[in-house]
Amino acid sequence: MSLLEVDDVVVRFGGVTAVDHASFAAEAGRITGLIGPNGAGKTTCFNVVTGLQRPQQGAVRFAGRRITRLPVHRRARRGMGRTFQRLEAFGSLTVRDNVRVARDIHRGPAGLLRPATGDVDALLDRVGILAYADERADSIPTGTARLLELARCLAGDPTLLLLDEPSSGLDESETAAFGVLLAELASEGRGIVMVEHDMALVMTVCDDIHVLDFGHVIASGPPALIRTDPEVQRAYLGYADTDDATEEIRLEGVTS
Amino acid sequence: MSTLLSFTILGLFTGAAYAIAASGLVLTYTTTRVFNIAHGAFGMVMAFTFWDLSQRQGMPTWLSLVLVLGVIAPATGWFVQRFVTRGLGEGPVSISLVVTVGLFVGLIGLAQYIWPPEPRTLPPFLPDHGVQLGSTYVTAHQIITILLSVVVAGALYLLLNRTRIGTAMRASVDNPVLLRLFGGNPDRVASLSWAIGISLAALAGILLTPVIGLSYYDLTLLVINAYAAAMLGQLKSLPLTFVGAMGLGILQSFAVAYLPTDGNLAGLRAVVPALFLFAVIVVMPQAQLRIGQVKGIVSAPVPSLVRSGVWGAALLVLVAMLAAGLSNADLLLVGTAATYAMVMLSLVLLTGYGGHVSLAQFTFAGVGALAYAKLDEPNLYGLALAAVIAGLVGALVAIPVLRLTGLYLALSTLAFGVLMDKLVFQADFAFGFNGTLPAERLSVLGHGFESLGSYVLVMVAFFVLMAVGLLVLRRGALGRVLIAMRDSPAACGTLGLDMRWFRVALFGLSAAMAGLAGALFAGLRGTIGAADFQLFNSLPLLLLAVVCGVTSVTGAALGGVGLMLLPVLQSYRPELAGVVFAVLGFGAVALGRDPNGLANQLFRLGHVLDRRFGDRVRSAVPLLPLPRHRAAVDEDSDIPLKEGVHVAARG
Repeated sequence: MSLLEVDDVVVRFGGVTAVDHASFAAEAGRITGLIGPNGAGKTTCFNVVTGLQRPQQGAVRFAGRRITRLPVHRRARRGMGRTFQRLEAFGSLTVRDNVRVARDIHRGPAGLLRPATGDVDALLDRVGILAYADERADSIPTGTARLLELARCLAGDPTLLLLDEPSSGLDESETAAFGVLLAELASEGRGIVMVEHDMALVMTVCDDIHVLDFGHVIASGPPALIRTDPEVQRAYLGYADTDDATEEIRLEGVTS
Repeated sequence: MSTLLSFTILGLFTGAAYAIAASGLVLTYTTTRVFNIAHGAFGMVMAFTFWDLSQRQGMPTWLSLVLVLGVIAPATGWFVQRFVTRGLGEGPVSISLVVTVGLFVGLIGLAQYIWPPEPRTLPPFLPDHGVQLGSTYVTAHQIITILLSVVVAGALYLLLNRTRIGTAMRASVDNPVLLRLFGGNPDRVASLSWAIGISLAALAGILLTPVIGLSYYDLTLLVINAYAAAMLGQLKSLPLTFVGAMGLGILQSFAVAYLPTDGNLAGLRAVVPALFLFAVIVVMPQAQLRIGQVKGIVSAPVPSLVRSGVWGAALLVLVAMLAAGLSNADLLLVGTAATYAMVMLSLVLLTGYGGHVSLAQFTFAGVGALAYAKLDEPNLYGLALAAVIAGLVGALVAIPVLRLTGLYLALSTLAFGVLMDKLVFQADFAFGFNGTLPAERLSVLGHGFESLGSYVLVMVAFFVLMAVGLLVLRRGALGRVLIAMRDSPAACGTLGLDMRWFRVALFGLSAAMAGLAGALFAGLRGTIGAADFQLFNSLPLLLLAVVCGVTSVTGAALGGVGLMLLPVLQSYRPELAGVVFAVLGFGAVALGRDPNGLANQLFRLGHVLDRRFGDRVRSAVPLLPLPRHRAAVDEDSDIPLKEGVHVAARG
């Protein structure tokens, strides 16, 4: 039994089918990559898994239980955490208060009445943004804000982490450190699903990869297999006139 | 049988007019995500314009109609979208609500100024024509209205399904971001939909005027009927909106026909749309959290406990010194200002911290006052109980909206206000029709406050206590969660917060604060009635709160004084009555984007003065503490850096 199972999910916006009978799974203790061209339906998949988007069809199972109809907060309480592609940091709170709020929420009513003390700073340190602790969250760089969203998730000690383009805005050395952190988090037994455009990162850290195109899963497997899959090549080449062209090149250039 | 037929036709007629108004409302909301509370107000102004052209200036009816529907209304819609509401759809819903409430109040003020109160009549179309259906006479005006609603439905169907721009409009209903990605022009879509929307409001207003009369308020409140109808289509389906409108029209007509005209149920007829709205809301499906539209709001600074205590004490001393020298009439004004300031504090909690909007905060004050007067326990116990009752009523309003988003909560407060105005406050068990209730002044632990001056001081003390309490809450864990919910509901949800009950509690607490203010106000005045807590007073209250700064306690104090001064100004220059509201309304339109308001400008002025003169003053008076922003870096540096809301998109 997989930690997360997405089964035959369909999401339509008016005439556009964003997710078209997509099925994939993610395992505990492993890093799963969700890749595909812009508009392939990756973020919509995340929204379906976390409950922010109701699917027209299909089911989502988490730790063996059907959660398709559960409200957002109930899924979170079962151990799901996510970050957002379009940032959702609490802009008017400080970086430290962002994490504090997450921890208070996680502790439930008691947390709201008796504020937590202690290792909020340890979390900030773990993702490497302790230096920004007193800054307002809407004044920090994008890459830092993404790490803040990760720290905020971790405050709830989730068993499944859904990260939406976590490395965009990070420079090369920060990305490397981020890769190490991801591996560490997975080794603690957490399942990690990551939507990511940085193919070098995906190919190095991911254990499994699912490729989405037009809302459809066109390939699944370990990085070595995905790299050589002809369907995947075609899907990426079809977008060669946009910035995905660079991804295509990276895809071929990766030699891990 | 013939009554049934004639009331059905009457229902179809009003339903048709509602359908026309509602489809305009849906069109503007779905394409721009700005809910136009002033939709009915635009219809009202356009109906007055039509009257002016066709009756006062004597233009032919057809020419006036073409001018209003084809030129003035669309141009107004285009202008408003272009210069007032543009970009609001991507910001917090509280801001677009406040801006359109500003339009609402401003348009009423404008209409009163241009067309001072006097009896005006607008004849129906083709007044001498009609059809005899058995024993029922159907006027040509009714037939024209019903036909026009069919024409509007058909035209909208063709526009949305058979034209390129219509396809773009439909696309923006589902996903405006997607529309942009696929090369559509959201700005053109937005301007066009507002032009059409205001035209439809105008048409509905003109069609209804011969029946309900040319009044500032009745046509403005048409917005409630319109959105009650639109709610059936979840504010996006036009066919269901038409069904809702017709259903509402017929229901209202039957209520007039078959409900008793006296007794407690008489008021029911006037509140059918509000009840219809609540009924629809209860059965509406769970709303989804929206992501990608949240912006950090620059908050006003949160002072430390000591600092707020010192300011509170200073305010008390000031009022005590004033009270000694003021006449009773002026003391009443000070007490009134304190009441308003307390009600505004409840908005600081709800709107400033929580990001929700209540359009009926005075109604909750009225509930508190009513409970206090009825309990007849002029002591702390009675006061607390009155506040609790108001709080429970507030929670009761929020519960049906539990599964929906903030917009629906605000809309249902408007419906709730109408309900209380027309049904509850005037009932025999409450104030009674045009009646009043006596209320005794509160005594604290057996100690009475006989003189007006001492009672006013007690009221100011309550304001200070509530303000300090609010700031303590804001600094704590609950305050942080409130701000987090305002900044990003989606993130709070994915962190595991059940925001629904939190919101009910927030709303209840805010209503309790307003109720406490109302109870104290009852003691101040000695007698109170329904007229003291009219729904329409709640709107200037909200606007002044935002203009003065709804994120800070100082803003509430300023706003309270300002709201108290409004009628004083009007009594000096009665001819300017409309102008005051126009200025307030349009001022809020201009300033509504920055909820920190004037208070924040004041804080900045304070910082500037301190930098220039602070050291000199402190060297003369060594007791004064160093201001917070210049003392050691505080853990919570909330000093505003930039103005307003960051409307820049992220991602």
